[in-house]
Amino acid sequence: MYNFEFEKPSSIADAVAALGGDEAQALGGGQTLIPTLKQRLASPTTLVSLSNIPEMQGICTGDDGALCIGGATTHGAVASGAGAYPGLAALAGHIGDPAVRNRGTIGGSLANNDPSACYPAAALASGATLVTNTREIASDDYFVGMFETALEEGEIVTEVRFPIPQASHYEKFVQPASRFALVGVMVAKFADGVRVAITGASEEGVFRWAEAETALSVNFSPDALDGLTLDADNMIGDLHGSKEYRAHLCGVIAKRAVAKAA
Amino acid sequence: MPKDGEIKSGIGASSKRREDVRFLTGNGNYTDDINIRGQAYVFFLRSDVAHGTLNSVDTSAASAMPGVVQIFTGADFEAVGGIPCGWEVTDKHGQPMQEPKHPVLAHGKVRHVGEPIAAVVADSLEQARDAAEAIEVDISELPAVINMKDAFKEGATKVHDDLTSNLCYDWGFVEENKGAVEEAFKNAHHVTTLELVNNRLVANPMEPRVAIGDYARSDEQHTLYTTSQNPHVIRLLMGAFVLGIPEHKLRVVAPDVGGGFGTKIFHYQEEAFCTFAAKACNRPVKWTSSRSEAFMSDAHGRDHVTTIQLALDKDNNFTALRTDTLANMGAYLSTFASSVPTWLHGTLMAGNYKTPLIYVNVKAMFTNTVPVDAYRGAGRPEATYQIERVIDMAARELGADPVALRRQNYVTEFPYATPVAVEYDTGDYHATMDKLEEIADFTGFEARRKESEAKGKWRGLGINNYIEACGIAPSNLVGQLGARAGLYDAATVRVNATGSISVMVGAHSHGQGHETAFPQVVADMIGIDESQIDIVHGDTSKIPFGMGTYGSRSLAVCGSAMVRATEKIIAKAKKIAAHLLEASDTDIELKDGMFSVAGTDKSVAWGDVTLAAYVPHNYPLEEIEPGLEETAFYDPSNFTYPAGAYACEVEVDPDTGKVTIERFAAADDFGNVINPMIVSGQVHGGIAQGVGQALLEGCSYDEESGQLLTGSYMDYAMPRADDLPFYSVDHSCQTPCTHNPLGVKGCGEAGAIGSPPSVVNAVIDALNSGGKKVAHIDMPLTPDRVWNAINNA
Ligand SMILES: Cc1cc2nc3c(=O)[nH]c(=O)nc-3n(C[C@H](O)[C@H](O)[C@H](O)COP(=O)(O)OP(=O)(O)OC[C@H]3O[C@@H](n4cnc5c(N)ncnc54)[C@H](O)[C@@H]3O)c2cc1C
Repeated sequence: MYNFEFEKPSSIADAVAALGGDEAQALGGGQTLIPTLKQRLASPTTLVSLSNIPEMQGICTGDDGALCIGGATTHGAVASGAGAYPGLAALAGHIGDPAVRNRGTIGGSLANNDPSACYPAAALASGATLVTNTREIASDDYFVGMFETALEEGEIVTEVRFPIPQASHYEKFVQPASRFALVGVMVAKFADGVRVAITGASEEGVFRWAEAETALSVNFSPDALDGLTLDADNMIGDLHGSKEYRAHLCGVIAKRAVAKAA
Repeated sequence: MPKDGEIKSGIGASSKRREDVRFLTGNGNYTDDINIRGQAYVFFLRSDVAHGTLNSVDTSAASAMPGVVQIFTGADFEAVGGIPCGWEVTDKHGQPMQEPKHPVLAHGKVRHVGEPIAAVVADSLEQARDAAEAIEVDISELPAVINMKDAFKEGATKVHDDLTSNLCYDWGFVEENKGAVEEAFKNAHHVTTLELVNNRLVANPMEPRVAIGDYARSDEQHTLYTTSQNPHVIRLLMGAFVLGIPEHKLRVVAPDVGGGFGTKIFHYQEEAFCTFAAKACNRPVKWTSSRSEAFMSDAHGRDHVTTIQLALDKDNNFTALRTDTLANMGAYLSTFASSVPTWLHGTLMAGNYKTPLIYVNVKAMFTNTVPVDAYRGAGRPEATYQIERVIDMAARELGADPVALRRQNYVTEFPYATPVAVEYDTGDYHATMDKLEEIADFTGFEARRKESEAKGKWRGLGINNYIEACGIAPSNLVGQLGARAGLYDAATVRVNATGSISVMVGAHSHGQGHETAFPQVVADMIGIDESQIDIVHGDTSKIPFGMGTYGSRSLAVCGSAMVRATEKIIAKAKKIAAHLLEASDTDIELKDGMFSVAGTDKSVAWGDVTLAAYVPHNYPLEEIEPGLEETAFYDPSNFTYPAGAYACEVEVDPDTGKVTIERFAAADDFGNVINPMIVSGQVHGGIAQGVGQALLEGCSYDEESGQLLTGSYMDYAMPRADDLPFYSVDHSCQTPCTHNPLGVKGCGEAGAIGSPPSVVNAVIDALNSGGKKVAHIDMPLTPDRVWNAINNA
């Protein structure tokens, strides 16, 4: 990697100030960024670590009952600490391996918005709110496309607020090599309807499956998805699965998610 | 035969692997652990295009960068030899193979992504990388030749302009049989034809390659520390053919090596570079491969495309077999590349069967890809996969039972001379199949199939046999076949004054457990405790000239040398004992570390005899020399032929195409077994790699651009623990090798050779039981491929 300066502020305000510098970049758990730096594919002048900011750590319940997770909370901490939202805790517990889960953070994952990442499906299916240093962004407005989000330059995800569904499940069909999601489906059943978000499949990144949501809102059972299909055109086609295969998997995996939702 | 665990020490004991203490506690001494005072670091600037004319490499700006010691390009190596190939194959017209020069650094052209163009030596690795970015390389891209069928076409772009085509050789085996084989096919009652791919693999040993060159001006001594399976081979190839360094001035050290799987047999450019640069820069020069570099510079494995045909008579006897194979060599010939699809593959095409007529054609192709060479099994997995897939397909076409069809065609009388030039000394294929039926519980399969069905899954059972030729090799025979080296091995047994023993061996241990198993043999022969014996390996300045470890040869060849040397030790020790006991040496018996005079109670202990050899006060100095150290070289008279029967049971999820392995059983005949636990471990690891090939691993290039699509673990799927079931392995069927002193055959590659066909056979069985008439799917059987096959059936 190239040389860089390293800062480790202890408040959001200091972090934001440090990120105002020329070519400064936030460092979460480093599970995506450090490999990128090692390959010399990025050259920030300053890395601003978010791992020492108490305001961005931990899990609590908000006044509205939502589960609030600090932006620098690790996957491991969510897996063990988000018992109030079992579908989310289980999702976090299946990201990567223990080393990845002990460093990687929810804010880093959502900021990165890898088209095969798991958390984006949870945030979108839950109708989560992403809290940044300047504003609150609804998940429906946040995910813009592959590796693209609504975040502005220097803006950081400080907290994510998840409304807790009545029942939910994240079903992940792994890509055999990376074990990211080849197709991952999160279903979340709320009092006012069902939300379904799919990761891994689309060239536009995580997306909601409207027809499935409508059908499941009427009848929350796997059979409700019978006959529903997704267009293969916008799907990712690569070494690990054709567009058609991914489109097909969306249906199969969504059914399994519904069947396991609790 | 004693059960595993019954024998507590010596031959047959499952002694714990003593080397694991240091490996598991982080105390291993790997090449990267070695740091020499004043060392500089080299970074290789590698080609990012698959094929192109190298117009210029401008290092002027880079040379002025901080920390840069010196920058080298292809021009610096013009006077130096190319990386040699160790085996000259003669084609079907009697012509030698086409053999292009393989430069240390690219010169004139680049021929694969990852080929080194320039090497920057600097005070630190990061400085070397910084400077490498400042090198200006001007390449005019040429069309990349990736697909072998395209490479073969008339008018195809040539990988090497100075060769007549992309064809390295067109090999026919046995050419004299060709007419008879064709005749047999004309008269066949049934012919089964199968086109299949043996997928390209990246070996991925846990430890990436490392090389450190060191040079002492004081005595003009070169030292190369390297991650090698065979330090003497590297010394010979690099010293004699590349750099012209006489052997007494070149020491090659391969300390602890973290897995080789074949890919660390070969002599690589980076080794030659570090040795050369250490002298040129007068500083030690170290290179440590990154994982990304490993993907594009370690020799790959397999990569064959084959059409195989099996002819049967009306009673289902195999009457003839013929194959047409395209074998990928990559851009250059790696050390043993040419021998893999020919002598290590064609000679095994009889399998375990008495097919009387066989003809094998292999066209080896140059392409713009990383060189391909031996990978665990090397040629034999390719042969086994073809034979065992085509037999399964024939059974399905004929409605025959796949086990019965195999049994009916087994070779049952030994020695057996195959129609493909080898002689199986011994074996019992019915015995291993009987054992397999038992441990795989064939009878319970239908019930298990029903259970799977109830869960909405399709279950399949796949079986196969395998045979391999190990213990390479009789030197005079392989010499006739084109090998440019002998393939004996050597051991020196050095008995110390107080009776402990150091055995210096030519074999190299990089996961095989030699440090445990070899002493078991010597301990057994003398009757002393294993802990009294250590082996020394991996340093040309310490060990005799042996050829290293590959082809499951260590125990069969080097172990035999060790036995012979130990026999010499015992013979001499008996003479000393006879002197001490005032008896005739012909009356001396050695048992449990005591020499005694037959029929008397007179005896002297091993330690007293060894002490007398080194403190020869009371010693027959006029008859024998003092000291107790003997060397033996052993050149085998034949290959060894481990064989076995494997069974795999899978479940296929018809909705996703995902295959899970539910059960796996292996019944092997390795001849005599020295350490059953280590043997089981070798089989376990081999099966993991075989399952990896069958279900997960597939190295893939973009056919247009020649870019490596699977250049990291994000896209190249390695088998992990949860991809594998608990195995049931058995090696109680033992027909000892008839021609080596231990009666051992070798077990290192069996798992990787024997497992892919049973996995694929099982998946095909599962799909057919699910009502899908699928005849074949090419490996790796990823969910995507299986689902496609289901959907198109
Ligand atoms: C072996 C391996 C396996 C993995 N498997 C999976 C998997 O199965 N599923 C999955 O979803 N992911 C997986 N990942 C990715 C992992 O979850 C990463 O941790 C995650 O994508 C990035 O989080 P991070 O905290 O490590 O971020 P970093 O790598 O530190 O940063 C990533 C990007 O986000 C920015 N950033 C970091 N934190 C913030 C913040 N709070 N606000 C704004 N921007 C920020 C950084 O500047 C950078 O651009 C895997 C990673 C590895 C190495």
